[in-house]
This record gives sequence, structure tokens and C-alpha cells, in this order.
Amino acid sequence: MAHIAIIGNGITGITAARHIRKLSGSRITVISGESDHFYSRTALMYIYMGHMKYEHTKPYEDFFWAKNQIDLLRASVTAIDTDAKVLKLEGKPDLAYDKLIVATGSKPNKFGWPGQDLKGVHGFYSLQDLEDIERSTKQISRAVIAGGGLIGIELAEMLASRKIPVTFLVREKNYWDNVLPEEESKMISRHILEHGIDLRLQSELKEILADDNGRARAVVTKSGEEIACQFVGLTAGVSPNLDVVKSSKIATKRGVLVSEFLETNVPDVYAAGDCAELVGTDGKSHVEQLWYTGRMQAEALAQTICGTRTKYERGILFNSAKFLDIEYQTYGSVPNVLHGSDRTLYWEHADGHHSIRLVYNAADDAITGFNLFGIRYRQAVCERWIKERRTLQYVLEHLGEANFDPEFFKQYESEIVALYNRQHPEKPLALKAKRGLFSTLQFRYQFR
Amino acid sequence: MTASHSTVPTVPLRLAGFGLFLVGFTIFVLTLTLGQFKLTPQIFEQAVSKPEHRQWLRPHIRDMFGVTYDTQVPFVADIDAAIVKVNTAAGNDWQKKINTDYEAKDYKLSLARASSAGLIAGNKLLFFLLSIVLAAAGGLLYSLPKLSEELPGIKNNGVFTEPATSGGWIGIAFALFLILFYVFLYKAPEYITNWIALADPASMVLNGHAADRWFFYGLLYTTIILVMGVRMLVKYRHSSYQTVRTLSVMFFQTAFAFLIPQIMSVLGQPSMDLKNMWPLDYSFFFSYRLDTLIGSGQSGGIGLFLLGWGIVLFAVGVPVLTYFFGKRWYCSWVCGCGGLAETLGDPYRQLSDKSLTAWRIERWLVHGVLVFAVVMTAITLTNYLSNGKLLGDYTWRVQEAYGFYIGFIFAGAIGTGFYPVMGSRVWCRFGCPLAAYLGLVQRFKSRFRITVNGGQCISCGNCSTYCEMGIDVRAYAQRGENIVRSSCVGCGICAAVCPRGVLALENGPEEGRIIFKSSDVKILS
Repeated sequence: MAHIAIIGNGITGITAARHIRKLSGSRITVISGESDHFYSRTALMYIYMGHMKYEHTKPYEDFFWAKNQIDLLRASVTAIDTDAKVLKLEGKPDLAYDKLIVATGSKPNKFGWPGQDLKGVHGFYSLQDLEDIERSTKQISRAVIAGGGLIGIELAEMLASRKIPVTFLVREKNYWDNVLPEEESKMISRHILEHGIDLRLQSELKEILADDNGRARAVVTKSGEEIACQFVGLTAGVSPNLDVVKSSKIATKRGVLVSEFLETNVPDVYAAGDCAELVGTDGKSHVEQLWYTGRMQAEALAQTICGTRTKYERGILFNSAKFLDIEYQTYGSVPNVLHGSDRTLYWEHADGHHSIRLVYNAADDAITGFNLFGIRYRQAVCERWIKERRTLQYVLEHLGEANFDPEFFKQYESEIVALYNRQHPEKPLALKAKRGLFSTLQFRYQFR
Repeated sequence: MTASHSTVPTVPLRLAGFGLFLVGFTIFVLTLTLGQFKLTPQIFEQAVSKPEHRQWLRPHIRDMFGVTYDTQVPFVADIDAAIVKVNTAAGNDWQKKINTDYEAKDYKLSLARASSAGLIAGNKLLFFLLSIVLAAAGGLLYSLPKLSEELPGIKNNGVFTEPATSGGWIGIAFALFLILFYVFLYKAPEYITNWIALADPASMVLNGHAADRWFFYGLLYTTIILVMGVRMLVKYRHSSYQTVRTLSVMFFQTAFAFLIPQIMSVLGQPSMDLKNMWPLDYSFFFSYRLDTLIGSGQSGGIGLFLLGWGIVLFAVGVPVLTYFFGKRWYCSWVCGCGGLAETLGDPYRQLSDKSLTAWRIERWLVHGVLVFAVVMTAITLTNYLSNGKLLGDYTWRVQEAYGFYIGFIFAGAIGTGFYPVMGSRVWCRFGCPLAAYLGLVQRFKSRFRITVNGGQCISCGNCSTYCEMGIDVRAYAQRGENIVRSSCVGCGICAAVCPRGVLALENGPEEGRIIFKSSDVKILS
């Protein structure tokens, strides 16, 4: 019986283990130095805010693993010997494997800022980080967060929920405008301020100053301003965690280099999730650091490992997040700056908390992307329209089919159609599909 | 940190509200000890209904006449002693005894109620205002400032760190208070007559009579649903579904459960909560109720209409409405128990047990109670139709067992008492026979489902955590599988707390309602 070892019990490692179990009777061992059981990393913020306890973040009850014969091993891997096919573990006997999956995830970026290793300075990625943050934010009078991505705004929300004054340093002109189009990124910037968070745009961390006890006492920004604080959150993105891989024969660049089948340069060694750097047939490579892509890579990889060699195909892009009170969903491709033949129709509610953006191709009006803020749309419907290259006009007329907001919510589809009609008075459209009061929609739901 | 849009200092307001609530609540509890009790011959004549009982009791109770008791414990004890003397003197002659199950209890309650004197008896309205109204006003003052203090949106900050909402000491203390409240309300009301007296002014206005304990309970229940309903409206003001649903339970409690029965009784008609239905209303087919409904049918037909209405409601209303909307049309929009759970219970919803074991127990228990209710009712009706010949004495024993174990212990003491430790739907989930019946329809023949939005789930667990029915919503959501569960009451909180817009309550075509993402289902089975 083959033994499949998986390093990492995050969404990628665990999804791989579950799917391998469904497809085969192999022995499976999942190794983690972080936690005994799989928990949802995305829920760490809710533990800090008191919405949940750690036990609520575990998607499976503890009996699940034994019942499905997935061995869990709490250990730190110190070295991978791919010739002997053995993992060296800290304080535990070596573990031999037949096939290995590296799913070690990410590490918070630290760019060599002076003072980045002081007490009270933390990244936010792991359970241990959460414990450190919990300890370091008791009775403090100000926190500074450096780095304006998704983790940065989560950390800001967490601290603000405990009424800790937060200064949020964001390098960009508007929050996350390297990903979001200008209007949306301005909307979220306003929303951050609305929450009383001291958002500093175009502002970067230069160094962190220490007090006599080696604790952070202030940060200095690149513009020379000194901001007194007792906690510094470093949230300038994450990078693949290559700590154990680097000393092995497994090839890495930014991440563990893998083919589109998630195979590394070493036979029987695979990598997936945040730590993997996917090399396309064109030689270009990229790292995908999303919950969903980790899960999808693991599903494909499980097939390959169990004998059905399967290419990882991401399909139509999707993602979602929540910026304080504003939910965000995106389907297809919505670039932050339009290029080439991209065109866009953007509607924003006067309250500044809801918006819909449709991106389409100027040549044939084919829809290519959706951005939703404060409004929920159906992934299956949006994906289908993008796949079928439906025209902007068709999509607008049927927009109600995509609406996924709770019942009785105000529907804004007619407003975006009206906006289109104001821009194109020569050929006005009419909204055909609307979600009825009892939402007895007759179309089929299709799942990915 | 003050949110930048806040214009009024809200924290002092909320503290004041909390203070007012505590003062009102304290006065409410103290009310029990404040009154005096003084029995007179006139009160005795009126309160003890049977002449022979008066005759037996008079010699033993005469010493109490004119004596002022400062608390009711010795007062009730002296009445108890008198009854014991009567029954001891009767020896083995059952004809000369006072039934201690029913009659003695009634006498104790009505004697204590009528003998009330002193501070409370003379100032009922004042004490009503100082206790229940003050606590309610405090509750409102505590909730309303959040309108300007926080932006609309899900704010469950601190839910699992506060001792009130995390099953901590405040929660446990509150649970003990609630359990004691139900024990006294159902089993020892003679000790809480000062509370019942607080409801007298309202009862006089509404129906011209002094309050009985059920009027007092209804008044308190309605007040709590309204005050905690306002809290709910504030907390979920960003969600129209929650707003409409909360207004619905507030309306049905106030109008249907509380006011309409009062009006019916003022009009001299049999009064009934028109939205309560069998088998939750387990005594619907009891002979005394059928007699009332059918008896009054001879004079105007309202009684017969009510009988027909009650039958149509569960025989036609349940399957038809549940087919179109799911059981939520009743459980989280209309029902009184549901109304309390969705308002008073909302701060505790996260305490429900999500384990597979709890689900197993739930299925056995709730369907067991349904079977018990059906069997009990079948016996009742058989007995009624055979004029008591067929099953005779056996019927009331079964009814009494049901009333005690299910009506009092399960629905009352445990169902509500355990809110702060086991979540807000203990009764609805583990015990309500109507919920079981609605659930069977919802599971097997309904258009209702919680739709899962593709692959957007991040397994965070908010949905499962805040499901008051203990459904592990995430287990379905993370597999892209719609949630079709008999227990789901459709409160919609899972969809509200989901940070990724994954869940939506919907009525849609039956076809495709239960979707398995085929690659990913077998692992749990």
C-alpha cells in the first residue's frame, strides 16, 4: 500500500488528502507543525473578534480523520530526502513516503525593515501569529498596520473591533488599487475612514523604533513621520513558505516550481497551493495564493496521484472578500486599469456602499468580468455568461438571474440598465429577468 | 475609538439603558417580597369555590383571618397546613378530602392572589411601571444608540468572550433564573402572585378582569418579544429579510397571541390564539376545549369556525405553505415560541451544539415527541367520541404526562430556560412536534432550500456557528451542496453572517433542489 505524505494541513493539503482517500486506499499522513487538526485560516480574524472560538473554525469534527483513515501527525519537517524518500522530523522518527505533496503555504513578507523583529511586531498568517497578536494588543493605545492588502484590512478590522485606534499605512494611491479599479478602491478607502481607521494612503513604513525593553514604540514612515504605537502589523503580502524545501533537491524559484500537473522536478514529489509556482507551457510562471485555487489544485492533484493524470485548470477566475462591512465578489477578469479593447459599465449607489461593474469587449460586446460590491451574484450564472460570451446587452437584460442577495433586498439591476440606457438612448434595453418576491425563478441552477 | 459618523455620545446612553434595565429587573425580583397578605372571611368565601370545602377548611383557617403576613411563604404554609388537617381528618374517606393536585393548588393561588395587601396591592400600576416597563425602557435605550454608534452590518464582536453570550457565569445565572421562573409559573404560582398583580392594570384595561397568571405571562412574553425585536431590528438593519421577518414575529405575537384572544373573550366568544396549531397546541382536541368550541357553535358558529380553522391550519395550511416557502413561514415568521427564540434568543443562537451526535439525538427526540403527540391525541379523540367509555381514566393520565413532561419541562423549563447555555432553539430543535411535522414536509416535498453559491465557500464556520438549529451549514456549503434539512427554520442568519455571499434562502423549482457535487459527497457517508 502506497504511503502518501502531505506536508501542510491547510486547505490544500487537507483537500488533497480527502480526495485521495475517496479515490484510493493508500495510506495518507498529513503533517503539520501548526495545529493538530485542520482549521480554516480565513476564520482566524473571527476568533480575535470574538465571533467564534478556535473549535468553530474546524470544518470537520475530530473523529472525521480516524474514520476516514487519514493519519494526522503534529510535527515539524526539518528536511526532505528525496533520494531516500524520507522526511526528517523534529524530535520524531523519520517518515518514509512513496509520494509527497508539499503544501506548506505562505509566510508573511518582511522586507528587511529596521526593527521588523522587535517585540510587538507581527505578521498575520498562522495560529501562532494570532496568539502573538492577542498577547501584544492588550491595553495598547495605538496599532500601526503596514501594507494594504486583504490581510491588512482584516487586521485593521480586528483591532478596530476592540476599539484599538489603528493607523493603516497603504503604499498605493487608494486601497488595493493594484487590484481594484479606481472607483471601487476609492469606495473601500472611504469605507475604511468611515470606520474610524486612520488610513494613510501613499504612505510606507521605513523603520520601527524600539523602547528600552526591545518592544516597538513607534514607526517612522518614508515621509519621516513618527507614529507612536505599541503594535505593528506587517501585512505587505505573503510569499511561498520554502523553509523545508530549500535544502532539498526540489527546484524552487519564488515558489516550488511545478508543471501544470503540479509535478515538481523530482519524481513522486508534488506541490500545490500557496507554495507552488506554476510554470505554464509558455515558460511563464505565477503563484496563486487564494483559498479557492489551493482547493482546486488539490482536487486536480488527487486525481493525478491516484492514477488519472489531470491538468490543473483554473477555469473562469473568481474571488471574494469582505472589506469591513462591504462584501466583494468578482467573476472573470476585471483589471484595475482597462487595456486594449476592454470596456466597462460601472454603477455605484449614491450611498457609496454598493456597486456593480461589468467589463466587456469593445469588438463584440462579449462580457468578460463582473465586480460586485455590497451585492451578491451567482457564480454559476456569471461564469456561464462569460463562457458563452454573452453580449453586454443580453447580460443586462437578464441581470436579475444573477442576483443572489437575500429576499426582500432592494434590487439594483434596473438602475444599471437605466444607466446603460442613458448612455445609449438610441437602443434602450429592458430588464427581463427579475427576482420575484418569492424568488421562484424558473431557470436551472448550475454548479461548477 | 469613535466611528466618525457618530454625532451623539452613545456609550453613556447605553450605560444608562443597562442601568435602567438592572434597576427594573431588580425591582421586578424584589416585588415578590414586598407585598403583604391578609386573609378575610369575604376573601375566603369567594376564593374557595365549593361550599363543603369551605365548611371543612373554615375551622382550620379561621385563625388566619385578619392576620397580616409580611411574606407569602408562611401565608401559603398556613393554608397548606389547613388543607393537610382536613385531609388527615378525613382518614381514608376520599369523599371528604380536598384533591391536592388540582383543587388545593387552585385555592392556594386564588387565596394568595386575593389576600394581597399593602405596598404592591395598593400600587400595582406604579410597580408595573417601575419593574417591567422600566426594564423594557432600559432595554430599548441599550439597543437604540447602536444606530449611530456602529455602521450597519454583522457585528458579533465579543460574542464568545462576553460571559453573558458565551455560556459564561452571567448566562448560567440567567438560565437558572429562567428555569425557576417556569417552575414557579407552572407548578407554584401561589408564590408569584405579586408578579401576577403587576399585570392587573393592563388586564383591567383590556378585558375588565384581574389578571390571571397566563395573562401576566402573555404580557411579559409580548413585552420581551417587542423589546428584543427592536434590538434585532437595530442589529440586522442592513438586512431587509431580517427586518421583515422580525416585524412579522412581533406582529403575530402582539396581535394574534396577545390582543385578539383578549378581544374575543371581551366579546364573550371562545378565545384562541389563531396562529397556534396542533400539535404544538397539544390540548386543541382536549374535551374541555372541544366542548367550548362546539358548545358555542350553537350560538353564532364562531366556535365551530375556530374548530375548523384549527384543523385546516395543520391539515392544509402546513403542507401547502411549507411546500411553497419551507417551514420558515411558521417557525421563524409566525410562531410564538419561534418569536421568542428569534428575539430574546438571538444573543444565544451560537450556543447550539453542531456535532453529529447532537443531530442524532435531535432526530430521535423530536420525532419521538411527534409520535407521542399523535398517540396522545388519538387516545383523546377516541375517548371523546366514545363519550369516555372506551379509554376512560387512561386518557387524562396520558394527557397529564404529556402536559408535564412536554408542555412544562421540555417546552418551558428546558426550552426557554436553556437559551443561555444550549442556544435559542432547544425546544424547537429537540422537542416541538409541529416543527417535526413541518420538517418532514420541508425535507421531502418543498421548494425551499438554502442555495450554495458555487465554489466561494472559505469554510470559515460563521454559518454553522450562528445556526440556532445546530445545522452544520458549512459541511454542505464547502462542498457546493444545497442545504435541505428538515430542521432548518429559515431564519436566514447563516446567509447574513456569511462573509463571502455563499448562501441564500430560496424557494425554487423542486427539480435540482438537492444537488450533490458528485465528486465530493461520499466521504461523509
